[in-house]
Amino acid sequence: MQINTRRRYAAIAGGLGLALALAACQPADDTAGDGETTAAEGCEDYAAYGDLAGTEVTVYTSIVEQEQTDQEDSYVEFERCTGADIKYEGSREFEAQLLVRIEAGNAPDIAYLPQPGLLKTIVADYPDAIVPAPEGTAANVDSFFSESWKGYGTVDGTFYAAPLGANMKSFVWYSPAMFADAGYEVPETWDDMIALSDQIVADSPDTKPWCAGIESGDATGWPATDWIEDVVLRSAGPDVYDQWVAHEIPFNDPQIVEAIGVVGGILKNPAYVNGGYGDFKTIATTPWGDGGLPILDGQCWMHRAANFYQNSWPEGTTVAEDGDVFAFYLPSMDGESKPVLGGGEFVAAFDDRPEVAAFQTFLSSDTWANEKARVTEGGGWVSANNGLDVENLATDFDKLASTVLGDPTSVIRFDASDLMPGAVGAGTFWTEMTNWFALDKSDIEVADAIEASWP
Amino acid sequence: MLVVIVLFIVVMGAILFLVDRPKRVPRWVVITGFLGPAVLALAFGLVYPGLRTIYSSLFNRNGSEYVGFDNYARAFTESQFQIVLRNTAVWVLLVPILATVIGLVYAVLVDRTRFEKIAKTLVFLPMAISMVGASVIWKFVYEYRPTDRPQTGLLNQILVWLGMDSRQFLLNQPVNTLFLIVVMVWIQTGFAMTVLSASIKAIPDDIIEAARLDGLSGIGMFRHITVPSIRPALVVVLTTIAMGTMKVFDIVRTMTGGNFSTSVVANEFYKQSFGQNDKGLGAALAVVLFVLVIPLVVYNIRQMRMVEEIR
Repeated sequence: MQINTRRRYAAIAGGLGLALALAACQPADDTAGDGETTAAEGCEDYAAYGDLAGTEVTVYTSIVEQEQTDQEDSYVEFERCTGADIKYEGSREFEAQLLVRIEAGNAPDIAYLPQPGLLKTIVADYPDAIVPAPEGTAANVDSFFSESWKGYGTVDGTFYAAPLGANMKSFVWYSPAMFADAGYEVPETWDDMIALSDQIVADSPDTKPWCAGIESGDATGWPATDWIEDVVLRSAGPDVYDQWVAHEIPFNDPQIVEAIGVVGGILKNPAYVNGGYGDFKTIATTPWGDGGLPILDGQCWMHRAANFYQNSWPEGTTVAEDGDVFAFYLPSMDGESKPVLGGGEFVAAFDDRPEVAAFQTFLSSDTWANEKARVTEGGGWVSANNGLDVENLATDFDKLASTVLGDPTSVIRFDASDLMPGAVGAGTFWTEMTNWFALDKSDIEVADAIEASWP
Repeated sequence: MLVVIVLFIVVMGAILFLVDRPKRVPRWVVITGFLGPAVLALAFGLVYPGLRTIYSSLFNRNGSEYVGFDNYARAFTESQFQIVLRNTAVWVLLVPILATVIGLVYAVLVDRTRFEKIAKTLVFLPMAISMVGASVIWKFVYEYRPTDRPQTGLLNQILVWLGMDSRQFLLNQPVNTLFLIVVMVWIQTGFAMTVLSASIKAIPDDIIEAARLDGLSGIGMFRHITVPSIRPALVVVLTTIAMGTMKVFDIVRTMTGGNFSTSVVANEFYKQSFGQNDKGLGAALAVVLFVLVIPLVVYNIRQMRMVEEIR
């Protein structure tokens, strides 16, 4: 009996200990907000969102690390003025995990979808989970964004998601100093660019005119799809591009195969690539963030990458027209039109609580766009929001990107792989482009394989 | 949160109280008390999802339409999945055999030598590294730079020192799969070595002595005494590593992401289910893996029983 009692005490003590340990895991009550009693200063722009004290909005996104800090900083004013708490969670596994979370009934309040294709999937597969955009958001988008941007956030006539940031992909990075030393000028047309490449081959046989890298873990291949898209937009034109995206013409249409061939003329040309890394097959295994780095040690001259490649340069690199690196607009083939390949994230909501609607509306406003531009001190962020004051952008390069995006003569098309069904856009288009380099598959084989996988 | 804690205390308290009560408790209450929660958890967390996976493998990508065995047909006929199945077969054949043979030879060589402890620790160390960690390490080892540029990868540096050209180990199929397999062997050899070393030491001394008197030594001793004596342990090691190899996912995903024709079934079913959101095909691939593992599990358990009986 003696032993029995002791054992029972031990069991109770153990249970209590465990309970205490579990209780310790609970977040402490947040008492920081109690200090403020009067309406804070500088909150005029936030008055419309009302008092949201004590509420919480969870945000789930693929924006991580350096860019995450800027994102979080851009909500500080909103949190201070409205009292709402924004819980930010960034994940590299975002695309896969978001669907899992929705299916499990554990969706975040707000998600930043990097692809309109993903929005379509969610609307089709989980129509009860996603919430159409509130009126305030729709009104903001009508006044601050062009028609086409609203279209990307709309599925079957219902407007769900407002654009957040924007990417401008039609850039070629180069070293202004190297160009100046060699007496080269930034090419104005596609033919000039090819002529310049040949010139470089002739002038400096130890280097290559182009460098590239498409390795990106699970997403290996996407930088190559951007190349193809940029060329389709230039060689076949925006109308064919739209038909291609909508699958009104097959993926292996001769015009698309021709565009792949044009890209191959650069990226699979042994005389042109892959500066600093070896033969063209190295493009498949070179991390995309490292792709353009040989420019810094004079191993290659040009690297086509989006505006956000700005963040890939090592610390201490000056991005400026007279600095270490800068970018020029990837020229069009006729030298007159100005096709631009763009991309961006879209803000979808999975709950219609007032604080969620308020935050969603805030993100689509000019207030947020300017706030975000101000806190992004390192640069590398632009938006298609026309309420954004270009002067708030951190660098000359961001201003350039923003000007190209806002230029009325620009013909902007959204990244095709982001618009195509997931099985193609985030599937075979990526893997086949990888095979195109790694296995040296032919242009037509690649196009046929992608077409065959279209759902 | 508080509710969960209270619930936990109540349930645990109830179980401990019931089980702890002296004598009069019938046997079946004790058995259900201890076994019940585990059986429930298994049924809910293992059996149900398993059946559910088999069920959803018969449906289309989002589970809205019954497609019969179409997903299985795709998994076995489309060329990209045939490569995946081929790779899995290569993995399951090579990894257990290489890891076991290397582990066995090593165990015999260091047995009762002066450096035994250090030598065994060295081989066992990789076991302590996670698969992802090991993959990252080996990715650096395989790193490629052109021959005339400064090398960052160890292996290519060695090639260059030897006057050869550097090469892209992870790019050219089908040999790239072999270079991935090296990583798994590197990790698993320690496990094989430890288990086999223990059972070599368990061989009774009189048997060894008798064999010595009969004039056996060296390779003869190894072939006729050591290997037959530890046969059951060998089989357990082989099948255990084979099961682990079938599920290999981390190495492939970290090192190549399944690109360049290196994907294996476990990686592909993750990719289809979560990357491509093709639940049906993903489930079908998972079932294929499951079916392939069953015979190994059965054999493994039977061998383990034999080992125990011998003891």
